[in-house]
Amino acid sequence: MARESTQLAVLGAGPGGYAAAFYAADLGMQVALVDMEKNPGGVCLYRGCIPSKALLHVAKVIDESRHASAWGVTFSDPKIDLDKLRAFKQGVVDKLTSGVGQVGRMRKVKFIQGRATLTGPKSMTIAGADGDSELAFEHCILATGSSPTRIPSLSLDSPRMMDSTSGLDLPDVPQSLLVIGGGYIGLELGTVYATLGSKVSVVEMTGGLLPGADRDLVNVLQKRLDKLFTRIMVNTKVVKVADGGRGIEVTLEGDTSGQQLFDRVLVAVGRRPNSKIPGLEKTAVKIDQKGFIETDAQRRTSEPTMFAIGDVAGEPMLAHKASHEARVAVEAILGRKAVFAPLAIPAVVFTDPEIAWAGLTEAQAQADGRDIEVAKFPWGASGRAISIDRVDGLTKLVLDKKTGRILGVGIAGTGAGELISEGVLAIEMGATAEDMRLTIHPHPTLSETLMESAEVFFGQSTHVYKPKRNQAAHPESSR
Amino acid sequence: MQEFKVPELGENVEQGDVTRLLVKVGDTIAKDQPVVELETDKATIEVPSSVAGTVKEIKVKAGDKVKVGAVILTVDENGAGAPAPKQEAKPKQEEKAPEKVVSMPKRDSAPAPAPEPPPPAQPVQAKARPTEGAAAPASPSVRRLAREIGVDINDVQGTGPGGRISDEDVKEQARRILSSVGTAAARPAGAPAATVPLPDFAKWGPVDRQPMTNIRRKTAEHLSHAWNTIPHVTQCDKADITPMEELRSKFRKQVEQAGGNLTVTAVLVKVLAAAVKQFPQFNASLDEANGAIVYKKYVNVGVAVDTEFGLLVPVIRNADQKNITQIAIEMHQLSEKARSKKLTLEEMSGGGISISNLGGIGGTYFTPIVNWPEVALLGVSRGIIEPVWRDGKFEPRQLLPLSLSYDHRVIDGADAMRFLRWVVQAIEQPFLLSLLG
Repeated sequence: MARESTQLAVLGAGPGGYAAAFYAADLGMQVALVDMEKNPGGVCLYRGCIPSKALLHVAKVIDESRHASAWGVTFSDPKIDLDKLRAFKQGVVDKLTSGVGQVGRMRKVKFIQGRATLTGPKSMTIAGADGDSELAFEHCILATGSSPTRIPSLSLDSPRMMDSTSGLDLPDVPQSLLVIGGGYIGLELGTVYATLGSKVSVVEMTGGLLPGADRDLVNVLQKRLDKLFTRIMVNTKVVKVADGGRGIEVTLEGDTSGQQLFDRVLVAVGRRPNSKIPGLEKTAVKIDQKGFIETDAQRRTSEPTMFAIGDVAGEPMLAHKASHEARVAVEAILGRKAVFAPLAIPAVVFTDPEIAWAGLTEAQAQADGRDIEVAKFPWGASGRAISIDRVDGLTKLVLDKKTGRILGVGIAGTGAGELISEGVLAIEMGATAEDMRLTIHPHPTLSETLMESAEVFFGQSTHVYKPKRNQAAHPESSR
Repeated sequence: MQEFKVPELGENVEQGDVTRLLVKVGDTIAKDQPVVELETDKATIEVPSSVAGTVKEIKVKAGDKVKVGAVILTVDENGAGAPAPKQEAKPKQEEKAPEKVVSMPKRDSAPAPAPEPPPPAQPVQAKARPTEGAAAPASPSVRRLAREIGVDINDVQGTGPGGRISDEDVKEQARRILSSVGTAAARPAGAPAATVPLPDFAKWGPVDRQPMTNIRRKTAEHLSHAWNTIPHVTQCDKADITPMEELRSKFRKQVEQAGGNLTVTAVLVKVLAAAVKQFPQFNASLDEANGAIVYKKYVNVGVAVDTEFGLLVPVIRNADQKNITQIAIEMHQLSEKARSKKLTLEEMSGGGISISNLGGIGGTYFTPIVNWPEVALLGVSRGIIEPVWRDGKFEPRQLLPLSLSYDHRVIDGADAMRFLRWVVQAIEQPFLLSLLG
């Protein structure tokens, strides 16, 4: 068995793992990056963020071409060549993963394709494509990611059953599709299938779609989804699925009950951390009740040589959280005083319209009894939104009542995912509504809605009239 | 009683979703005050009330779809009728006005819709910072700077708008810690002052590495703290102990029989106990955090004892109320205990001023470190016979070198000299003890 040693071994080459490996190499460390795929990328590039965005882009073009008849431009119904669509999506994935592999090689990161088994706090064996090897390391970063949650009652060995991975493979456009789970994965994939022509129904166990997001933002999306989807069933549980030959028979319980038949069923009920790493029991690494690896603020596990980042290290399971933790872990290994302490981790739902939020939500503020004020700007008053015929939007700021400090930002509307970054920067910088409104935003853009929201806080928005409330609440309303 | 209905919301807008209620039952509302937030196809609108009075009933709840003309709430214009229940009527209030509560007209049997934000369940904490409960308002780079130089960002007072913390604010906080509190407060007491690595001593010859004993470690921590906190000054003087030595040998036996040892230190404990009564600032402590000086109304004198395990300082309590024989006996007992490791913490705490006598070993003057939180310590060296000019000729006299270290924040130099002179005179003329002590 080949024996090698390295300063840093990174297990898992998703956006957390490869970011860690590359950064460590940039800082002069000798790095090995281990993953089962041929190239770095992980779920995000292979089976998550990236391919889904390619499909959602196509869906949006189809949707806009249909809507164009309202503007006097009528296209004939789109013809969909699924093979070509899949090839486009695959091309996007290949281009990105091989590109990431390339920049890794340029940094002299040793990429090892294979399945790793830890043999102790400073060593692992790898059953690789090119034979088995032993790898000794000084430090290790565990970045093994997450997988779709499987629920026994929904586990059915049938080609008609899909999870997010097989859903992205786009086997066909089924006549009818049931999406189990009203979270972002279900809604994004549901949007793709519905736009391609499937009759999509969504079933969600809780009282509303996208639990965790403020309702006013979700309402903006739901209005459109009510039209796009055949049915949205909340407070409803799927108790049984069975393949009846002609389709999947689904038994529902709750607000909606009874049996329904679907050509396909997509299970998108969440993700669970991949913390069952072979050989982990030979280290002091601890796993919490939810299956996440326990870490401190530097992302160090209870085993001093080992760190954990990304989905396997805790919520929220988002690529951009992982890549930031990656930098913290690498700096911690190098003895720097880095800690992972963001004020805001943005969340984006890439439906149409998109929903994005960061920092404190209004619902959370209310639950905590915080003294906040919410300033909202409806997109009906935005020149840009009107001119692109997308007034279904809302921008809101969650503000500290006394200081006007921006604690949270929420946006629903087309392009919300791009717009949220300004809000994240504002939160991180401790910006106040005053800062936001004094910053000149280009006209006509949707970004103006952030500036105008700040002006709403002072009751002085140009495009929204709001009766004056107690101005004393704003000590420095004019300066 | 008046009803408030959903007004015209705008062109082609017939209905809206209730997203938020801005008032609750019992609130007094004014005309034009926003009472409900409606989300329509076009915009989210805060609907101002067209009526004024006390809210009696709210007929909608968050999530309801309401059409133009639907009743949102009813108000009592003159506030007559049932006393406005603040939230849900409490049993006590019900007893007071049962009829009125029961007879309140109700459209349906459902209880009045709860006003949307429930009162915070947790007690709200004291407002200490501008943004309660939130992280300190500082940019990521400023937070990193604070972390790297060891400043808690939550302790930094931001000078920017909304209390925002700049890099200058962080540096200012660091300067404040370093200058006012002293380096001791900025790091755990006893921690090494600098992390400069030690050279490899074995390079120059064999060395023996011994772990610090507990007493050594405590002594190191305690003395570093005292040294880093207190601006020390040491003043010196000599006392003519010739007459005292005569008295000492005269009464030595007598004290010995009582179980004590009539040492110079025993006498000096009594002298110091008398001196701090004349100079109360020498029996004090500085409460820096609260900007106060604590004067002690009791007189406890610590005596440094050299043992094979290290330095210990037992305390003679209420030394002013004891005679020299009693002090000598107690000192004897405490020293025995110290040397057999039997001193309790209690017996080593609560001192007001201390003595460190190295006279048994030798030396002239030294610069002792004050035993914090005390503010003064009298160092005693060996008495030597010196020629002293008296009545026109040199006479051999035994002089005792005294070194008084003190905390210059509490004690002025002139007072320290007066104190030391008083001590010297009390030693030279023991009568003073009875006269003034």
